[in-house]
Amino acid sequence: MSFMNWIDERFPATKVWNEHLAQYYAPKNFNFWYFFGSLAMLVLVLQIVTGVWLAMLYKPSADDAFASVEYIMRDVDYGWLLRYLHSTGASAFFLVVYLHMFRALIYGSHRRPRELLWIIGVIIYVAMMATAFMGYLLPWGQMSYWGAQVIVNLFAAVPFGIGEPLSIWIRGDYVISDATLNRFFALHFLLPFVLAALVFIHIVALHKVGSNNPDGIEIKKNKDENGIPKDGIPFHPYYSVKDIVGIGVFMIFFSAIVFFAPDFYGLFLEPPNFEPANPLKTPLHIAPVWYFTPFYAMLRAVPPMLNSQFPGVVVMFGAIIVLFFLPWLDRSPVKSIRYKGPIFKIAVAIFVVTFVMLAWLGMQSSTPAKTLLAQIFTTLYFAFFLLMPFYSKMDKTKPVPERVTK
Amino acid sequence: MKKLIAVISLALMPLTGMASGGEVHLEKANIDLSNHAAIQRGAKLFVNYCMGCHSAKYVRYKLLTEVGLSQTDIEDNLMFSGGKLGDLMTISMTETDASTWFGAPAPDLTLTARIKSGGADWIYSYLKGFYLDPSRPMGVNNTVFPNVGMPHVLWDMQGIQVPVYRYEVHHDGHAVAAFDSEAEADAYVKEKGEGYRLERLVDHLEMTLPGSMTPPEYDQVARDLATFLAYISEPMKLERQRMGVWVILFLVVFTVLAYLMKKEWWKDIH
Repeated sequence: MSFMNWIDERFPATKVWNEHLAQYYAPKNFNFWYFFGSLAMLVLVLQIVTGVWLAMLYKPSADDAFASVEYIMRDVDYGWLLRYLHSTGASAFFLVVYLHMFRALIYGSHRRPRELLWIIGVIIYVAMMATAFMGYLLPWGQMSYWGAQVIVNLFAAVPFGIGEPLSIWIRGDYVISDATLNRFFALHFLLPFVLAALVFIHIVALHKVGSNNPDGIEIKKNKDENGIPKDGIPFHPYYSVKDIVGIGVFMIFFSAIVFFAPDFYGLFLEPPNFEPANPLKTPLHIAPVWYFTPFYAMLRAVPPMLNSQFPGVVVMFGAIIVLFFLPWLDRSPVKSIRYKGPIFKIAVAIFVVTFVMLAWLGMQSSTPAKTLLAQIFTTLYFAFFLLMPFYSKMDKTKPVPERVTK
Repeated sequence: MKKLIAVISLALMPLTGMASGGEVHLEKANIDLSNHAAIQRGAKLFVNYCMGCHSAKYVRYKLLTEVGLSQTDIEDNLMFSGGKLGDLMTISMTETDASTWFGAPAPDLTLTARIKSGGADWIYSYLKGFYLDPSRPMGVNNTVFPNVGMPHVLWDMQGIQVPVYRYEVHHDGHAVAAFDSEAEADAYVKEKGEGYRLERLVDHLEMTLPGSMTPPEYDQVARDLATFLAYISEPMKLERQRMGVWVILFLVVFTVLAYLMKKEWWKDIH
């Protein structure tokens, strides 16, 4: 292969290929939960590709934005397909990332030596939320407009006279307007490339420490005479062919939504967003898209104190910030849920119910009963994290085997 | 773990029921988007009766060639003021004028079927739901859209309906009694005293003055308009479903092959 030699003398192509694919040894016992990392990358690429094409046809101005989206849907060849792929892709991105994060949570993939890997992951998640939030303004529908209005107003709740100028600085105006739409479009275009760079850093960190696995065992502790982990197999071809199966299954579900239920019963495309933004007409019920509703429910659960919404804002952002500390909150001697005791399993079960219930509550208009429920689940959400140092330590654990199991 | 989830979901059951309360009852329109004749009739009704006030400004007249109309059909029968086939279905009434005359601008109807919960059923029920109400500026009210500002444009076809009311007595947010006559309900409220409140609801509508059409004929008019509006709200709907079948068939074959390939590669891994 003289051609490859020519390249390799100038660029480490073979070296990179081997280090990250052909000779990157991953544990052989990955299960269902390990599909979602590669799926998240697939969806990111899908979002960037469809997004660039949409940007060629979209007009970021308050006068034209809504009509330009309808133009894409009606007059552009396969414009509807681009748009539905992009709108469904946004929800799919959050779904796979939530499952990817849940995997890390149950198998202890955030634990030493992977703390930094986890932190980079949470930064990716925060960047994703910012991207999705700004992207949702672009169709310039009623929910785009009023959702953005509500969220940007949260910044106005910051005390000490900082809030009001801060929110004006974000909007570029006193209300959500053409100026806001323009800057959100610019940032919505930029952030996915920041995301791609963060994903690259995430993978560099992963390949430094190696992949965790459902048993939470360090496969690098058991190497053969050639220095290859006994429980490791090369990522390529084993996991590349396996991930292709995962991509196939995922794409079947994804296409079923894109082609047969693109608004997904009002969850992915909300009905009020088919009405153009009207600054003079506040919708009766403002709710963000489903992937933000758990945090929205927490925001609404906190009553205003001293005439300020700020405590609710603190709780909402706190719910995300607490994720950064997860690697140090888990004090269990074992990583994986497989060898943890009943307390952790019950805590995780309650946490799953909590997250789903908060997501549901965030979509509903508030009633006293629902506010009370949201308060209970908000407490449970924080209790799961803040009490973890105690319950994970006192929990009974099972002995961890030397080698990975099936 | 499963037990716990079951207990929690059971405990929350009563709450989920609450979310669906307070919805208006809609009649099923039973529209068929592949019925081109219905869409054509709906288009004719739309330009004749609706487009005086309502636009469909994201739709081009040209779209109707997709449902079997020729360029001449469209130009001769649907475009009253000339223009090009590629023109958008806009109107000349300004929003300011509409606000002065009707209290609010008549909304663009391109996406109504996607905005209103119930879609085509909502439109169908709305068109059938006008009734005489002298307290309203236009003399009519609507069962689906209470206090709507729009007059009953199709009255000469449908005829005029009057409401038959039902009187409900509410206490603590619940209906505790219902009466057919207002006097009886009033007496009941007076007897019970504090905290009881009377609410007048439209039980059903009765035709007092028949229109030029029989009720089944008018239902067809409402259905044709609902079909047309559902069609223009997402003209590519049937195309996307047809394409989806092939995409998913391809993906199933692809996934099966990918799975067999994976199995072949993995047969030595234990």
